Amino acid sequence: MTMQYSNLEFMGWRRENGRVGVRNHVVLLPLDDLSNAACEAVANNIKGTLALPHAYGRLQFGEDLDLHFRTLIGIGSNPNVAAVVVIGIEDGWTQRVVDGIAKTGKPVTGFGIEGTGDIMTIAKASRVAKDYLQWASELQRESCPIKDLWVSTKCGESDTTTGLASCPTVGNMYDKLIPLGLTGVFGETSEITGAEHLCKARAASPEVGEKFMATWQAYMDEVIEPFKTSDLSESQPTKGNIAGGLTTIEEKALGNLEKIGRECTYIDVLEPAEAPAKGPGLYFMDTSSAAAECVTLMAAAGYVVHTFPTGQGNVIGNPIVPVVKITGNPRTVRTMSEHVDVDVSGVLRREMTIPQAGDALIDMVVRTANGRLTAAEALGHREFVMTKLYRSA
Amino acid sequence: MGIPHLLVHDKKDTVGVVVVEDLKAGSEMLCVVTEDNSSFHLTAKMDVPIGHKIALKDIAEGDTIWKYGQDIGKAVKPVGVGEHVHVHNVKTKRW
Repeated sequence: MTMQYSNLEFMGWRRENGRVGVRNHVVLLPLDDLSNAACEAVANNIKGTLALPHAYGRLQFGEDLDLHFRTLIGIGSNPNVAAVVVIGIEDGWTQRVVDGIAKTGKPVTGFGIEGTGDIMTIAKASRVAKDYLQWASELQRESCPIKDLWVSTKCGESDTTTGLASCPTVGNMYDKLIPLGLTGVFGETSEITGAEHLCKARAASPEVGEKFMATWQAYMDEVIEPFKTSDLSESQPTKGNIAGGLTTIEEKALGNLEKIGRECTYIDVLEPAEAPAKGPGLYFMDTSSAAAECVTLMAAAGYVVHTFPTGQGNVIGNPIVPVVKITGNPRTVRTMSEHVDVDVSGVLRREMTIPQAGDALIDMVVRTANGRLTAAEALGHREFVMTKLYRSA
Repeated sequence: MGIPHLLVHDKKDTVGVVVVEDLKAGSEMLCVVTEDNSSFHLTAKMDVPIGHKIALKDIAEGDTIWKYGQDIGKAVKPVGVGEHVHVHNVKTKRW
């Protein structure tokens, strides 16, 4: 039976700016590493709020500092977040994050620790967090068309089964839902290496294709060439990839690119954590291929559900975005079943077609949007990892 | 058609992927090309783990390895039909 997609709906929270979230978090967002303790203390005081500790935010500068702010503001602005308390070591940069998030219209308040101390800051922030939590707890989900859903993708612990089954499953989902107005994104600049010519050819226009190639070439010139100590055979493919049967970066890249299906074209190339601005459609984002960094950047760009094909069994989650795991590897299904949301190993047995696997994923994405907890959420995976471009000052 | 032992992406490919666990040397494999669902049989010459590749033809040193109908690297040693293809006999041309 073929699924009817055009009437597909999900239940989400429509936020002040019109975007729709599928989770309803009240977030304690540290500006910097020094403010993690206060945020975690507030989360301990006010049950049901979520602290997002991270490692950075001091003495960054230039493009790296811009990315830090864009990521924090983007995470706070994500429609899976109902309200935000920002805590920073000082008031100036704290206010900059508050002002950025406030543009969405959602409740946000900031606190600086200097001149106040942790204890008084925690007390003041806890009162605000409690008000936000009780306010958010009364917000209701409403029925929304599928075009209001933003779904990202990135694969991890890939093997040859990801190219045969789980990545084409995501590609089939995009082929079916992008024409209905879904907003999608793929990235992993380093892991396109070996298939960059094919990726360029999937751009919606020659200009976008050239923008992709410039991004990919810049990564090669600015990251790989200056920092490599040998060839990348030890890192790309990874040890896990090689154990899973992947031999070369080209083979890995060709499997990776299956995630964008057969028909989709991407309409723009995004900076890391940049929100898409050209309307519905598929985007490419310049990201690391490290799972937690990439998913965090996509969450900061405003994506609310993540689809994650895995072969050997990557266990990643994200604190604010549900990460749906798809695997086609029967051994991973057998040995790591608690991490698997969608089992497409039937594709390898020729018991399931790729369009059927795509339908199974679409069903799980909608159920997840409606509130089903993913394996990663149930298991408490909350990997929140900021991308850092270079050494601090 | 039964459950395949080996899947091949594209007619042009010179390798296929083992998709069953515990494949033993001497196994008569049902091989399916996913592109058009055509099938053929091949004997595995070695024990090959699930997810790893097997040569569909004799491959000489220096030959391009084809998968997805694309160039994925070159043989750095000769590989016989039915033998395991991996990092010990294939390398990227890039690095």
